Amino acid sequence: MTSMSPRLASGLLMAPGLLWLGLLMVVPCLLVFVLIFFERGTYGGIDWTATTFDNLARAFDPLYLSIFFDSGRIAFLATAVALLIGYPAAYAITKAPAHRQTALLFLAILPFWTNYLIRTYAWIVLLNPAGLINNLLAATGLSSAPLPLLYNEFAVVLGLVYNYTPFVVLAVYSALQRLDPAYAEASRDLGANAATTFFRITLPLTASGVAAGAVFVFVLSIGNFVTPNLLGGRKFQMVGNLIYDQFLSARDWPFGAALSALLIAIMMVLLFAQSLAARRARGEHHA
Amino acid sequence: MKLKAFATAAIAAVAIAASATAALAEKLVISNWDGYMPKDMAEKFKAATGIDLEIAVHATNEEIMGKVTASGGEGFDVLFVSSPFAEALNKLGLLAPIDHAKVPNLANLYPEATKLQHDPGNAYSVPYTWGTTGLCYRSDKVKAEPTSWNALLKPADDLKGKITMLATDRWLMAAGFLAEGLSVNTADQASLDKVRDRLIDTKRQLLAYDDTTFFSKLVSGEALLVQAWDGWCNYGIAENPAIKYVIPQEGSDLWVDTIVITKASKNPEAAHKFIDFVLNADNGKWVVENIMYKTPNKAGMDLVDKAMLEKYPNMAIAPADLLKYEQLRDLGGGMKAFSKTVSEIMAAK
Repeated sequence: MTSMSPRLASGLLMAPGLLWLGLLMVVPCLLVFVLIFFERGTYGGIDWTATTFDNLARAFDPLYLSIFFDSGRIAFLATAVALLIGYPAAYAITKAPAHRQTALLFLAILPFWTNYLIRTYAWIVLLNPAGLINNLLAATGLSSAPLPLLYNEFAVVLGLVYNYTPFVVLAVYSALQRLDPAYAEASRDLGANAATTFFRITLPLTASGVAAGAVFVFVLSIGNFVTPNLLGGRKFQMVGNLIYDQFLSARDWPFGAALSALLIAIMMVLLFAQSLAARRARGEHHA
Repeated sequence: MKLKAFATAAIAAVAIAASATAALAEKLVISNWDGYMPKDMAEKFKAATGIDLEIAVHATNEEIMGKVTASGGEGFDVLFVSSPFAEALNKLGLLAPIDHAKVPNLANLYPEATKLQHDPGNAYSVPYTWGTTGLCYRSDKVKAEPTSWNALLKPADDLKGKITMLATDRWLMAAGFLAEGLSVNTADQASLDKVRDRLIDTKRQLLAYDDTTFFSKLVSGEALLVQAWDGWCNYGIAENPAIKYVIPQEGSDLWVDTIVITKASKNPEAAHKFIDFVLNADNGKWVVENIMYKTPNKAGMDLVDKAMLEKYPNMAIAPADLLKYEQLRDLGGGMKAFSKTVSEIMAAK
């Protein structure tokens, strides 16, 4: 038996993945891109006889840009809160005895075993004016009137943070795992206190994990349309809702495609910035 | 043209994969809302005709519309859709004509059912259910019984934060149009702007936009007054008799859910048999008793216990009265301006 060349083996192993990516990611993206340049048919569908640049121009209308901006703001808020919760959690897990770490990580991803919709509906049960939290507050006399916990921006951000914080925990945990404890020990030996060691050594060296977690939360949040619908009472239009509505309610596929392309472009810029930052962080670390 | 063929084929492939339905000649593929026909429909139809049914479900008109326009109707034989969508599908050339000779049970329908604005004479669609859109409210909690759309759009202090409007854009806007005395199919910019400003003001007083759980919000008391389809208000009335339905003085739309046959159907004979089967009196009765909607199926309505019509007064609205209201029509080229206005409302703070 002769062994396969490593190059051929790697090609064969990658083939299913590449095929998957090509068929389900690249081809649909190209289709979306093509649609941008055609007109919506009078009754929906696509008028293949009329080409236009109007759809792209329309996507830059201040109205739609404000929706992009607003979604970005909500996604940013969700990302910041998820990092503030996720980083300490991941840090605590790495400090736990080795035999407990697996169990703790398991707990962090346990919510994923339940359907996203069910978890979101559960929040409605908890937060609504006649819900569990408000009943509890009323029963203990802590509040006289029900608090408006649902159908506002707070609820939307809460839903996003709840759903996506585990990604931060996993990303930061893996970065902390790779970190050689010798760095922190050296810092302590040289007289730095715990806070200095954390902010000057640990945090910068796990920046790639933070960035990966942050990008996960941000990208998933900005495109999300289920959470704003259910927890925001549809009063908050995010880009995801806008695109969904253009494809389905307005049946304006070309304009929906233009908005999607704009969103994809924004995400690509962000991912590019993240990889640039990661490379830079690595470069400094080696220098 | 090559590009078109490629794009259409690729979109179709994606859509068909997504719907996970395969078109088989000996089998009829139906797409309907979940729970919108008897659960044992497939067994009963098979027993009566020997034809297999494969039942797909769609959550919304928009969803099935997306699938069918993407695939050119390929993979589906019979669809249940609301009338504006049936109208658009027909204008897109995706529907087959209804051959009345093959649907003898059309005789079960009220004469008014053949006079629908979107399809007089039922050339391409057969009505399955119909009704109105109005106000559903807690008569035991509101200070004044609502009589006008403005009770919702300009809510009194005790109702602020305790009202919901439908999230589906056409009905949301219809409330504003009707309050202004405009057609529910308005798409001119000046009227759109006027209604937009009103609905943005209303949005600030809304608990939520809600298409699916507004009646349970009334039952729990979270909401006191909601925009509702009459049949859905009945779900609230069933749980709390203090819940009432009213058609505001400015009027309503007449909504009609219809059954259509796709032009792509490989088995139109069987599709006609299915429609005929759905139109029998027993199925009509099932619709009223289980979905709590009115049906244009007179034979079915006649079988319903009169006590039910007393408990749910909106079920007794006469077909002639329903026909006074305007139906939502496909807006065609007006859709762009309309949809931008909706985005303006949705994005407003």
